[in-house]
Amino acid sequence: MSSVFQRRRQKLLALKAMRGVSAVHPHTNEVCSHCGGEVSHRELVAGGYVCPLCGYHHPIGAYYRLSLVLDRGSFKELDEELASADPLNFPGYRQKLEKAQGKTGMNEGVVTALGRIGGIRVAVGVLDSRFFMGSMSAALGEKVTRLVEQAAKAKLPLILFSASGGARMQEGILSLMQMAKTSAALERFSRRGGLYISVFTHPTTGGVTASFASLGDIMIAEPGALIGFAGPRVIEQTIGQELPEGFQSAEYLLEHGFLDGVVPRSQLRDTLIQLLRLHGKAGANRDG
Amino acid sequence: MAEYTPAQRVALARNTARPGVVDFVQGLLTDFFEQKGDRLCGDDPSIYGGVGLFHGKPVTVIGHRKGKDLEERMACRFGMPTPEGYRKAGRLMDQAEKFGRPVITFIDTPGAYPGLEAEARGQGEAIARMLSKMSALTVPTIAIVTGEGGSGGALALGVGNRVLMLENAVYSVLSPEGFAAILWKDASKSDQACEVMKLTAADLLELGVIDRIIPEPNGGAHTDVAAMVRTLDGVLQEELAGLSRMSAHALYAGRYEKFRAMGAKALRKERT
Repeated sequence: MSSVFQRRRQKLLALKAMRGVSAVHPHTNEVCSHCGGEVSHRELVAGGYVCPLCGYHHPIGAYYRLSLVLDRGSFKELDEELASADPLNFPGYRQKLEKAQGKTGMNEGVVTALGRIGGIRVAVGVLDSRFFMGSMSAALGEKVTRLVEQAAKAKLPLILFSASGGARMQEGILSLMQMAKTSAALERFSRRGGLYISVFTHPTTGGVTASFASLGDIMIAEPGALIGFAGPRVIEQTIGQELPEGFQSAEYLLEHGFLDGVVPRSQLRDTLIQLLRLHGKAGANRDG
Repeated sequence: MAEYTPAQRVALARNTARPGVVDFVQGLLTDFFEQKGDRLCGDDPSIYGGVGLFHGKPVTVIGHRKGKDLEERMACRFGMPTPEGYRKAGRLMDQAEKFGRPVITFIDTPGAYPGLEAEARGQGEAIARMLSKMSALTVPTIAIVTGEGGSGGALALGVGNRVLMLENAVYSVLSPEGFAAILWKDASKSDQACEVMKLTAADLLELGVIDRIIPEPNGGAHTDVAAMVRTLDGVLQEELAGLSRMSAHALYAGRYEKFRAMGAKALRKERT
């Protein structure tokens, strides 16, 4: 019985994951947007969209990310129907939302789910930079907050993969308030002893960096990911000079004491399994 | 209330003669002792804080300082804090919690400082910690937006049990110039941005982001600072009296629920 559901779930995730990758013929070559080198499509896919020539970690869609990280057949999506109601009645926003929804097959810029990693039950969320740059909308903040609350209730460890350009401008101050909402939920989760692993992926900036992404017990990042509060252009304008090479990269943050480690995509699942096991019985949080 | 356009209010909120945290501390408190330093690596003058007596009772006050003359304004980076500033604020809040005294914050900043060193020392992490810390306090907290409430740099002092706003203050996700630059690639369209951003006190009260609007003297707070302080004094006495009747748990839980509900009306269910 359960295996039927498992197979069905796996199929669903596999289908959704395919929306996250380009629909080119598997035997064609692609040009790496980072190094310009020619890479076979098959090789790129086999490496989880890490360029075999330069090691660049190409941004990937949320469902595809989940298919790389979760145990097969364990994916169960939460709050999939939640979307933005255009609270400020912002000119042109509705049309843009519809376009993004059509393009990505997602209702909002984060996928939240329950699943298993290495047999351990987890609550997991993945921001998707293809949807409004993963910017923080009220719906995105709500989905993250509900996931945190669900993790607290079911005593599950929590993993969030961040990728965000910052605030959702079209939701104005309500976007800003999601920073407080998500941070408060995580504080409550942490106080109950819940384990939270935050994974920064390229790029994570603005309000997401200045709220839930920076509040992990464990903080790791993919190689080369841009991580910061202010964007590089704004900083250059402020200080009137060019920024040093590698500024705001994952490696730069590691050097400055803001990350536990930089973990390549190929080792991410194993690292998560190690961390979950180190935190004992599923990193389950206490009552309180 | 006087009828100003949102852009006019932005100008009023930024008026260099507008009273700030230092003026309010002088007018409202006695025996104020300024506390400096983050106990990690430095002191950021753009966050002004300490402990003093409000009608005889100790309170912790923390606010953004923009500076009075050019020299001070430069030192305060025109009210844009570095991580050192936020970590100092966090330290002062820990003490307020330890000694059981209320926290009053005065918000007036274009935003957190977007500089190289600020990033290197974890501006994002510093703000995130403040949001987390303020949400967990069990003492009464009142946040007052007195001038510009710009972005995460403002919200870092804004997670209060009560969030109040002076009549001509503004509070937004980003400066109107930054907003126009990001959305329309043209910073000069800031007046247009002011119209759609919903950044005035009346807009924010309607959106449920703030709890109360504090009237200003005709022409703005800077035209009669003494009158502004008198109004604020009455409002704060009233607000503190209300909060001091609440238990530690009710203060924590009430604040949590308040921010938990932010954006609840901004959601829609899409068919899947």
